[in-house]
Amino acid sequence: MPRTIVPIGPYHPLQEEPEFFILTVEGETVVDIDLQIGYNHRGIEKLSERKTYDQVTFVVERVCGICSTSHPFAYTQAVEDLISVEAPPRAKFIRTIIAEGERLHSHLLWLGLAGHFLGYNTIFMWAWKLREEILDVMEILSGNRNNYAMFKVGGVWRDIQAQDIPQVLKKIESIIPTLEKLKKAVIDDPVLHARTKGIGILSKEAAIDYGAVGPTARASGVDRDIRKNCPYGAYDQIDWDMIVTQNGDVFDKVVIRINEMFESIKIIQQCLARLPQGPIDCVIKDIPPGEGIGHIEAPRGECFHYVRSDGTNRPVRHKIRAPTFMNLPTFKETVIGGTISDAAIVLAAIDPCYCCTERMAVRNRKGQTLWTGEDLIRLSQEKTAQIKTQMGQS
Amino acid sequence: MGILDDAFLKSLWVFHLATGSCNNCDIEILDCLTPRHDIERFGMLLTGSIKHADVLLVTGAVNRQCIPRIKRLYEQMPQPRLVVAIGECALSRGVFIHSYNCPLPLDHVIPVDVYIPGCPPRPEAIIAGLVKLIDQRKAQTGQAKV
Repeated sequence: MPRTIVPIGPYHPLQEEPEFFILTVEGETVVDIDLQIGYNHRGIEKLSERKTYDQVTFVVERVCGICSTSHPFAYTQAVEDLISVEAPPRAKFIRTIIAEGERLHSHLLWLGLAGHFLGYNTIFMWAWKLREEILDVMEILSGNRNNYAMFKVGGVWRDIQAQDIPQVLKKIESIIPTLEKLKKAVIDDPVLHARTKGIGILSKEAAIDYGAVGPTARASGVDRDIRKNCPYGAYDQIDWDMIVTQNGDVFDKVVIRINEMFESIKIIQQCLARLPQGPIDCVIKDIPPGEGIGHIEAPRGECFHYVRSDGTNRPVRHKIRAPTFMNLPTFKETVIGGTISDAAIVLAAIDPCYCCTERMAVRNRKGQTLWTGEDLIRLSQEKTAQIKTQMGQS
Repeated sequence: MGILDDAFLKSLWVFHLATGSCNNCDIEILDCLTPRHDIERFGMLLTGSIKHADVLLVTGAVNRQCIPRIKRLYEQMPQPRLVVAIGECALSRGVFIHSYNCPLPLDHVIPVDVYIPGCPPRPEAIIAGLVKLIDQRKAQTGQAKV
C-alpha cells in the first residue's frame, strides 16, 4: 500500500503550542511518527546563568505557564540541596498547597482539551468553567492567576492569611459536586468508552523501557510517584493515595487524572487544616560551591532540576529535565499501529507540554545535511556499485 | 465608511499564533473563549486558518525559528488585517530579553496595532484591549464607539 505523509503543524488548529509532527500513514493506519520541535526554544538554561539565585526562580516560572509552580519548586529544592538548608514547616505546607492547586487546574485544563479533541465541546466548556474557580482560589492565596511568584530559596515569599482560609476551604468544597458530575459524565459515557478504551496502549514493560513518568507511567501500572517514593514538601505528613491503573490506554489516563484531582482536594484541605505556625522563610547568607538536585512530581510527571555553583551569586550550570521530555518517545509505542483519527487523542493523552521540553532542543541545520536511514543505505549501495565497477565486475 | 469596514468590525475572527511563549498567555486567550468571560458575545471567534482570520493574536518571545513563519502568516492574511501583541514577551521579550534565541521584539518583525501588557494579561485585559482595537478602528472610519 502506498505511504502518505501527513504533516501536523507547526501551527495547527489542533495544537495550542507550535510543534511539528510528521505522521507516515498507510491507508488509515499510522506506520511511523517523527517529531520536530524548537519553535518554543528560549534558551532558559543559558539565561539562568546570568541571573542571581533569587532571580532564577522567576525565570524558571516562565518555563511553562501551566507548570509555573513545578519548576520553581524543583529549582528551590535543588538550591536548598546545594546549601543543605531546609525550608521551615509552614513554608513546606504553603508550597504543597500551591503545588496541588496547580495540579488541579492543570488536570482540568487537560480534561477540557481532551474533550475538545474527541468532539465533546461541552466537557471543554465545563472543565474550563470549573478551572476558573481554582484560579480564583489561587488568586486569593498568591495574588496571581497563573504565575504565582510564591517560591523563594529557603521558603516562600508570601504567607497565607488566617482570614483567607475559610473562604478558600468553602470554594474548594464547592468544586467537589461539579467535579463528581464531570467524572460521571466522562467515565460513564459509552461513546467516550468506545473512543478511548483500548486506544494507544502503553504496556508496563514499554513504560519502564521508555522511562515514562507521571500519569503516563501510572496508567500503565508503574507505581512511581515522587510524592510517595521520595517525599518532599509536606506530602509525608498528609494522608493521600497514589492512583495507579493497569491498562495503559487513553481511558486509564483520563481516570488517573480525574481521581488525582480528588486526591489534590484532599491534600489541600488537610494542609489548610493543619497549617503549622512559624516563619515562612529562612535566612541564607551565601551559596557555597557545589551542586544540588531537586525533583518533584509535576502534574505531568517528574520534573528534575540540577544546579551547580562556584561560590558566586549566579549558578554556573542549571539543567532542567521536564516530564514531557521523557513521555514524548512513548508515541513510538502508542501512535504507531493505530488509525489516524485516533492520533489526535493519543498524542494529547500524555498531556504534552512542549515549552517545558524545549530547554535542550537546539539544532543548527545551516550547511548541514540530514541523513536518514534510507539515505545511508543508498550511499552504501552506491559505494558497493562503485567498487564493483572499479574492480571490473558488472 | 464603506460596507467592508462596517461588516469587518461586527465579527472579528481571531487566529492565535504562539511564537515561543510559555503557554500562559495562550491559556488566558482560551479562557476568554470559555463560559466565564465568553468573548464570543463580541462576535469574536477563534479560527483554525489564517485565511479566515481578521485579527492575528501573537503571544511569546519571538524566537529565531518563528520569525520567517510569522512573516509568512502575516502575508497570507486577507486585508483588512489587525495584529494584537499579547503579553510582555510579545511586547518587549520580557524576561527573555537577554536570550540568544529571541533576537527581535514582535513589532520589529510585523506591524502591531494593539499591545496588551501583563505576564500573563488577565482575560479582562485582553477583552479590554480588543474593545479598544475595535474603537480605534471605528474612530478611523467614522463609526460610533462600542
